[in-house]
Amino acid sequence: MWQALYEELGDRGFVVIAVAMDSREGDPLPWIEAAQPTYPTLIDREHRLAELYGIVNVPQAVWIDEAGRIVRPAEPAGAYEGFRKMNRATREMPEDAARLTAHAKVTYLDAIRDWVRHGPKSPHVLTAAQAREHLPAPREDTARAQAMFRLGQLLARRGEREEGERWIREASRLHPESWCIWRQGAGVNETGLAALPEFWQRVDGLGEARYYARVDMPGMP
Amino acid sequence: MVTLLTDAGEFAVEGAEASTTALWCPARDAEAATGWVAKPEGLCRGSVCVPLPAGREREFADGGRIDLAALWRHLDQPAVSSDRGDAWVLAQSARDRVATLAALQAPDFALPDAAGRMHRLSEHRGKKVLLVTWASW
Repeated sequence: MWQALYEELGDRGFVVIAVAMDSREGDPLPWIEAAQPTYPTLIDREHRLAELYGIVNVPQAVWIDEAGRIVRPAEPAGAYEGFRKMNRATREMPEDAARLTAHAKVTYLDAIRDWVRHGPKSPHVLTAAQAREHLPAPREDTARAQAMFRLGQLLARRGEREEGERWIREASRLHPESWCIWRQGAGVNETGLAALPEFWQRVDGLGEARYYARVDMPGMP
Repeated sequence: MVTLLTDAGEFAVEGAEASTTALWCPARDAEAATGWVAKPEGLCRGSVCVPLPAGREREFADGGRIDLAALWRHLDQPAVSSDRGDAWVLAQSARDRVATLAALQAPDFALPDAAGRMHRLSEHRGKKVLLVTWASW
């Protein structure tokens, strides 16, 4: 999805920087090779972007203008939670959920096109006051959790797996809103994490709360 | 040897003496990893100086070394260490992170691509950037 957008808009002073929030050695490599992106695809094993930008899930994106200013803080990037209504045996989505999911994606991509064409005149560029309202609330537990996660990743990387995993679990307990931290601690199987019962259990535990935060953009479901 | 992770990156500090509550680093290593230096007026980073509690100065800086764990506690910023005290993460508080974001200048970072080459966000200044996260799971 980002490669097509980059090919369309790359000669208009626009670039995509995709950052994989993966920690296991080599995990993102097959995906990068398969997609063959022509924009930078980076690997963030210690979740530095989560610390710096308040990222809690993927895909989340930040819009940054030519002067390095944040014009839209971290928010879900064209993702919608239609998957929560899918039949978990067949993995099929009901028609209305599929329609809303597709609509969220198109709406978001069109908003980026509008921004690239019209710059600060685009209605999707937030004013400074609006952008500040969209920043994450400061929570010291979150900052501490991100530090613990980073420590856990370092220890796991140098072979002290047991202690490393303990720090990552503790980080997830302190910062339960972060699906990025939870996933890294939850492990994966060969069918992909979304198939794991623990994932569905955690999603169901949200109740009415969103899995992908609501995106403040006209037309977004 | 202590491995130290800060906003500036990862540092292997040979001359460090650490436990789970103390992290005495040679002044030069402390400055490289954190930017903090000991001065007569207290501990300073750039133009900001933090006065130390009277009579307790040597709990923070002594004999050409700085106890970064004590400094981080004094600054009320998150610091975590491994059980053996041989790995430390010194982070920024949430209020400082959000204050930085509130200036709406995108914080710079350096991350590797799949080939190990480092990229910085600031290399793309002059372009509109969609900074987007993803994962293989």
